[in-house]
Amino acid sequence: MSTSVKDASIPTIPFKARFSRWFGRNLLRIYMVFGFTYLFIPVAYTFAFSFNDAGKSNLIWKGFTLGNWQNPCGAPQICNALGNSIKIGALATLFSTILGTMIAFAIGRYKFKGRSTSNLLIFLPMATPEIVLGASLLSLFLVFKINPGFWPTVIAHVMFCVSFVVVTVKARIASLDPRLEQAAMDLYANERETFKRVTLPLVAPGIAGAALLAFSLSFDDFIITNFNSGTLITFPKFVYVAAARGIPAQANVIGSSMFFLALAIVIAGQLVHRRRSR
Amino acid sequence: MSFTLPKVRVPYLLLFPGFAFLFTFFILPIANLAQTSTQTPIPGGDTGQYQQTFAFSNYLNAFLDNREQFARSFIYATLATVFALAIAYPLAYAIAFKSGKFKNIFLVLVVAPFFTSFLLRTIAWKQILGEEGFVVPTLRNLHVMGQSTTITSTAVAVVAGMTYNFLPFMTLPLYASLERIDPRTIEASGDLYANGITTFRRVTVPLSLPGVVAGTLLTFIPAAGDYVNASILGSPNTKMIGNVIESRYFKIVDYPTAAALSFTLMAAILILVTLYIRKAGTEELV
Repeated sequence: MSTSVKDASIPTIPFKARFSRWFGRNLLRIYMVFGFTYLFIPVAYTFAFSFNDAGKSNLIWKGFTLGNWQNPCGAPQICNALGNSIKIGALATLFSTILGTMIAFAIGRYKFKGRSTSNLLIFLPMATPEIVLGASLLSLFLVFKINPGFWPTVIAHVMFCVSFVVVTVKARIASLDPRLEQAAMDLYANERETFKRVTLPLVAPGIAGAALLAFSLSFDDFIITNFNSGTLITFPKFVYVAAARGIPAQANVIGSSMFFLALAIVIAGQLVHRRRSR
Repeated sequence: MSFTLPKVRVPYLLLFPGFAFLFTFFILPIANLAQTSTQTPIPGGDTGQYQQTFAFSNYLNAFLDNREQFARSFIYATLATVFALAIAYPLAYAIAFKSGKFKNIFLVLVVAPFFTSFLLRTIAWKQILGEEGFVVPTLRNLHVMGQSTTITSTAVAVVAGMTYNFLPFMTLPLYASLERIDPRTIEASGDLYANGITTFRRVTVPLSLPGVVAGTLLTFIPAAGDYVNASILGSPNTKMIGNVIESRYFKIVDYPTAAALSFTLMAAILILVTLYIRKAGTEELV
């Protein structure tokens, strides 16, 4: 009924009023288009310039080439840096996910003395600027005469990833329906079985999300890494150093590949999740 | 229970490894930083050698020498937070209420730019807005911009860069709290003759407040300590406190000043955050 009223009223309303009504209705959609365009401009730029036939300094468009994609390790040191970042990211993800998930279960599942202090200890690293985290950790390593490098960087990354893992997994635990576990117990599963076959599978997507977050935080970190890695080159460090004299197009290739890879993982995760929940 | 642990101990056992780690590599370094911050150079020693003299004047000197950079950090971070909130709120609102079954896809799209290294994206902005990009020459030809005005190397570019880089940190908590709003509360408001704007102002915004608090904190804190945007997009005139700490550490090896500055920054942020949380009246942080 409402549509027929609207249709009938269209010819009598002048264009300007019709436009402003359309605009009012679609304001949020228009806004979304602008918002996402803004978010993706530099990503599109990075992708486009990965095909630039620019040699060492990728500043001005010089012509299309697939060469950079065929030879992503073409720039000196770049694949070494990428390898270090992946190794550090994998180790930091592994340790921070284990430690963080344990803490999340303790805080999310039990009432105990010191629970609010525990929450504070988890919040504090997130409330501390990265530069303070990086600088303070470096000072500690210097006191104990530990040279900055690979393992100090892994430790630094685990330290700042743990809180993010705790928060992510805790949110998932909080959203669980307690009746599912009660049902398992009613069906004579003991605590261990209930945990293994009901609780853990239900929390698993949260843990996977936390691990992905930890990896992307670690892989992309520059400030803390810069303090604790010494002469070790990671991918963000490579980009930062190269920025002074022009970044090789291979860096754009690697940045774009990471983007598509992460997107594929997230979408695959969503699809698996959707199929399971059907 | 099949294993014999007393149940009370379970949470502590779960906490122990993680907290032992955080104690060693977060609490201890911060304590050590406090210790370093009151040291002074050893007379006649090499550069980088310091002794503890409880020189609390380090704080005063560090602060007075870098007042400008401190002020700039807080102004830039506040501006970036306000802009990010203004951009992210409608975006999160549209995703939560107007995107139907595409909700998850839009959510992934918000996070997706994250995965291209943030340094690459910041440098991409520098090149897009720089002298060789197409934006500046176009605006100059249209006489919107003066022939010698630039976008990069200005405060505008630094604030814009920070706004951009921290946008997902703002959008995600906002989305999470908006998505949790029971649509019936909004219908109820309409039933009570509130129009769209009143409903938004009196129902939606208050209910999304935890997200606003979490988002502003997750944006403001890293923005206040950031130095990467200022060093890529800015000039010596846009140096922030992060740039000073970085150069004190690496270029001047003046650890006590760097430590005093770090501590002052941390304290200032913690005080602001506490006041802000009190004011916003929410305990739910993240």
